[in-house]
Amino acid sequence: MLEIRNLHAEIEGKPILKGVSLTVKPGEVAAIMGPNGSGKSTLSYVIAGKQDYEVTQGEVLLDGEDVLALEPDERAAKGLFLAFQYPLEIPGVATMTFLKAALNAQRKKRGEDEISPGDFIRSVNRVADGLGISKEMLRRALNVGFSGGEKKRMEILQMALLEPRICVLDETDSGLDIDALRIVADGVNALRAKNRAFLVITHYQRLLSHIVPDTVHVMADGRIVTTGGAELAHELEAKGYADFASLAAQ
Amino acid sequence: MTALTPVRTKAETALMAQFEALRRELPKKGAALAARQGAMAAFAATGLPHRRIEAYHYTDLRNLLREAAPLAAAPTPGVGESVEAGRFLGDLGAHEIIIVNGRAMAGPGEGSALPPGVTFAVAADPTPIILDVSDAVVALNTALARETVTLKVKKGVAVDRPVHVVFIQDAAAAQAVFARLRVEVAEGARLTLLETHEAPNAVATQSNIGVEIAVGDGAHVEHVRVNAEGEQALTLSSLGLSLGRSASALSVNLATGSALARHQILARFAGEEAKLTLAGVTMLDGARHSDTTLVVDHAVPGGQSRELFKTAVDDRAVGVFQGKIIVRPHAQKTDGKMMSAALLLSEDAAMSNKPELEIFADDVQCGHGATCGTLDDNLLFYLMARGIPRREAQALLIRSFLAEAIQDVSLEGLREGLGGLIDAWLRRRGTR
Repeated sequence: MLEIRNLHAEIEGKPILKGVSLTVKPGEVAAIMGPNGSGKSTLSYVIAGKQDYEVTQGEVLLDGEDVLALEPDERAAKGLFLAFQYPLEIPGVATMTFLKAALNAQRKKRGEDEISPGDFIRSVNRVADGLGISKEMLRRALNVGFSGGEKKRMEILQMALLEPRICVLDETDSGLDIDALRIVADGVNALRAKNRAFLVITHYQRLLSHIVPDTVHVMADGRIVTTGGAELAHELEAKGYADFASLAAQ
Repeated sequence: MTALTPVRTKAETALMAQFEALRRELPKKGAALAARQGAMAAFAATGLPHRRIEAYHYTDLRNLLREAAPLAAAPTPGVGESVEAGRFLGDLGAHEIIIVNGRAMAGPGEGSALPPGVTFAVAADPTPIILDVSDAVVALNTALARETVTLKVKKGVAVDRPVHVVFIQDAAAAQAVFARLRVEVAEGARLTLLETHEAPNAVATQSNIGVEIAVGDGAHVEHVRVNAEGEQALTLSSLGLSLGRSASALSVNLATGSALARHQILARFAGEEAKLTLAGVTMLDGARHSDTTLVVDHAVPGGQSRELFKTAVDDRAVGVFQGKIIVRPHAQKTDGKMMSAALLLSEDAAMSNKPELEIFADDVQCGHGATCGTLDDNLLFYLMARGIPRREAQALLIRSFLAEAIQDVSLEGLREGLGGLIDAWLRRRGTR
């Protein structure tokens, strides 16, 4: 479903990704763990198509098709979703206007009709209720005046509404208290499905107690250095990343 | 010493000849003629303003106005009855006054349709009450406008619906229109005034419109001007505003038309404790040039002024903002803030921003700011990562940037109409 082959990327001439390879199958929840500066967030940005990074080598395949030449919106229309570590505030753009624009843009690219206003409002309300997002929040400008936890919940709302097939979650647990973490994790778990894959990027094992992964990849110095099952996350929590950093140096 | 004989440009000579021709048609004596002659003499002494005149530094009219188009003839009968005129903002249920080629029309816009307490007249005397003929554009307007359309709101009258003054050019070939509107809002009265300007795309029209609004003590005026003249239009406009004691006014200018546009504002605080907000949205593309130059004159104590001007500049277009806040020696407790922000949407777009403060009192709060920037790549990426295509994502961000300057318009239908003009410009941009 998502296949990354020997991916190299740099920013302003500085190499960050140095040959990442991994595969995520339909229905799989894969976690990427790693120390700060290992290239986890860069990987998520390169998958989503952020311009600041230059891909010097490798491929990112979505259902067998290389998406590296596509614009971010084209990747989104193919079912890719990135939940941002730091969702941006956009003053003057109403949340509902944004949600509708996103949903209809994707439908249009897939050759579907625009959603009817009634169906749109019902869908948003249904998803918002589950995530504890109030009508008042939906009336505000996008993410403006939202707390860190509210912004993360808004990311999950967008994910649920857009129904992507591949969800990349970049440090979704950062800045969340225990209650907010549970709401967000429940939101993600509710979306787990046979035809949907997740790539969960996190620094801590904590999130993975709530979203239990099928696979855990450990990233260090721009490479995947080891891969295992859910138990690998616990091992890391106990021992730290030091051993793996030395693996990367070999 | 040898007297200098100014070398007149072709356009200056033509404008002076036009005045001579007009003078033969108008009454041969009286105050009106004296005012016109005085204004023309002031113009003759200086000629068209050029870049060495500070206020015209970025818009050199002597260079840009090469040909003075002939004065517009009387309009085709029935033109003012067109239901389309002025309706591009949607149906606002406004009282309409229709001015075609500078002449007030009978018909649906006839003064009799106005509500009680509002009077309408066409005066012959063009002497400005706020604007100053030492400015060449105002001088030409004073000398060459045939009619001064005068609207008065009586003391204490709150006009229920907006009054919409619809300026139209009925033009088949290049022509020039000079028009003048004077609005006097007496003590404690309330008025929403909309002025719109339309001219055909296919013709190189020229216009020089002077509008004066005197806001009486405790009166409140909301004024919206929309420039939707054609793609080849040369548009000169002057707005004079005066505020009585405890008066309040909002004046918003939205410009989406014209090849060359200059909108100048002179706002004077005549009574204490008055409040003024000036705002503007200018949308530029192609090789267009648009200049907003304003002076806010705090002549008395306790005034509050706010200016917020937003400009989006695309292609090779050029935007200009010059704003000056003057605080006179006795105008203590003045509170003035001015902001001009521009969004450059292409590599070749240009913007000149010149905010100024001239403060002669010591107990004041004044500030100004000016920014020129491009769209934030991180915000664009965020929107695009949700599936929104680049042009549409840009449009969302540009709209939110511009719409801040119209948010104080209190009439919802009018605010939506203005938002619709922003959307229309963005749609045109999106399809190019």
